[in-house]
Amino acid sequence: MSLVEMNNIHKRFGEVVALRGVDFEVDDNEVVGLIGDNGAGKSTLIKILSGVFPLTEGEFYVKGQRINPNRYSVREAHGLGIETVYQERALGVKQSLWRNVFLGRQPANRLGFINVKEARQQTEAIMREFLGFTGGGVSPDSKIRTLSGGERQGVAIGRAMYFEADLVVLDEPTSALSVKEVGKVLNFIRQVKERGKSCVYISHTIANIYPVSDRFVILDRGAVAGEYERKSISESELVDVLTHHAVKAEQESKTPPRGG
Amino acid sequence: MLLSVFKKYKMQCGLIVIASLIMILFMATSPKTFLRPQIYLAFLSTVPFIGIMAVGITVVLVSAEIDLSFPAVMAFAGFAFATGYEFTGSLLVGVVMACAAGAAVGTLNGLMVTKIGVPSIIITLGMQFLIRGAVNILAGGMAKSMRGIVESPVFHALVGKVGGVIPAQSLWWLAITVIVWFMLFRHKFGDHVLFVGDNQETARMMGINVVRTKTLVFIAMGILAAFAGVLNTCRLQTWWPTMGEGYLMMVMAAAFVGGTSMFGGEGTILGTFIGAFLIGSLEAGIVAAGLSGFWTRFVYGLLILIAVTVHAYLRKRE
Repeated sequence: MSLVEMNNIHKRFGEVVALRGVDFEVDDNEVVGLIGDNGAGKSTLIKILSGVFPLTEGEFYVKGQRINPNRYSVREAHGLGIETVYQERALGVKQSLWRNVFLGRQPANRLGFINVKEARQQTEAIMREFLGFTGGGVSPDSKIRTLSGGERQGVAIGRAMYFEADLVVLDEPTSALSVKEVGKVLNFIRQVKERGKSCVYISHTIANIYPVSDRFVILDRGAVAGEYERKSISESELVDVLTHHAVKAEQESKTPPRGG
Repeated sequence: MLLSVFKKYKMQCGLIVIASLIMILFMATSPKTFLRPQIYLAFLSTVPFIGIMAVGITVVLVSAEIDLSFPAVMAFAGFAFATGYEFTGSLLVGVVMACAAGAAVGTLNGLMVTKIGVPSIIITLGMQFLIRGAVNILAGGMAKSMRGIVESPVFHALVGKVGGVIPAQSLWWLAITVIVWFMLFRHKFGDHVLFVGDNQETARMMGINVVRTKTLVFIAMGILAAFAGVLNTCRLQTWWPTMGEGYLMMVMAAAFVGGTSMFGGEGTILGTFIGAFLIGSLEAGIVAAGLSGFWTRFVYGLLILIAVTVHAYLRKRE
């Protein structure tokens, strides 16, 4: 049984068609590299997967359970073990670390009051275990805006690790990071795999995505343009395939539309 | 330890220093007035109207919205209160009707801002005229006398003198300030307000219901304005259709002097509390200091500009 199975997914925003019949699958303990140009529909697809938008048409199963698009939400995705790391875009920069780590699932009593002491302590544990923040003036009360890009990334990832996700979705995690920080992110993906969990990794950078992925799915203008096992394709071949799609897309956009 | 507490609350500390300096200035210029308790008791009877609404507007600002309709809501809710009392003879029924009226306007504000997507400054500007107009039409432009309310125990609970000295409304102000602080900084709802105000897109991606959170913020503001309207009506034992006019700028000023930002995602309830006290006591202080009333606005302006400059400076250094 697949962890996630999405069949014939369509998504329209008014007149704009973002996805036109995408099939996408993630197996247990599999790392899938989702590749494509800007506007190929990568982000739309994973936002559907993580409950941010409903799909317009298609079938969607998580752990064999059919998802009702009208009721599916980020909260429900969390409940099913799907965590999405939208790198620093998913952090409130004026808020403290502990508020960011526990956003949406604060340790609270029955009346909804947050147990701040517990949240701070657990944040400190996460900082030590997953983020390697030791001292350095960063505390659970530090505001996110005082952290570097890599540290912010770490907070978003640490949050996903702490909550023991079955599927971690990493959206463009390597942009705007230093080489050393990219290495940390790739290590994180390896850790996810070692723990028997799955990952969807979205990136432009083949050099990053190639060594950690088991399988690649290429999206092009809202449709799947190719699917390859890592065993069956070399890194340079994968780059060639992508370049081919990019050139084709450019040519087609220059050709005037036929018909009326 | 002490230093880290000071660092965390440096904005509030700065404000306390400004407030103390102003009070010392008043004490120096008119010791007869400011070294006696009467003037402070007088503040406690009038400042709560500003203070209660300023706490509400602080939460609205934290959610990165604004509400200009609350002075009209104050009048509208006061009217509902007076009418409820008129027909049933019960102040409690009046209070419930007033809060319902405030909540209704808040719901309308919230839904229009979130669903239609027009900025709240425009929606609530329109609402302010609409509600003020509606109140005038309903009341025929006439005031309502609240004769006989002094006999009700509810009256004493709202605006009586606790222990024969402390105006009850000041205790309501204090209680509301504490409750709102807990709701904003220690409750899941407040957490959501902080994130929605910080970055609405982030909040949505993390699964926060932005529409519900913002609508609840406007509802809370409506209820607080309504409650201020009830207290004001009780204190003067009269309701009048222009009630609330003049509060708009005072309430905003209290929040800004207190150190709450225009840009959402952060705010200070303690700052607002002090800000309301400063704004509310300035006029009396200026007059008692022997300056003419003409100076009031000038000094308000000075205080606001100094306070926001200090806050901006402290924020930049963070």
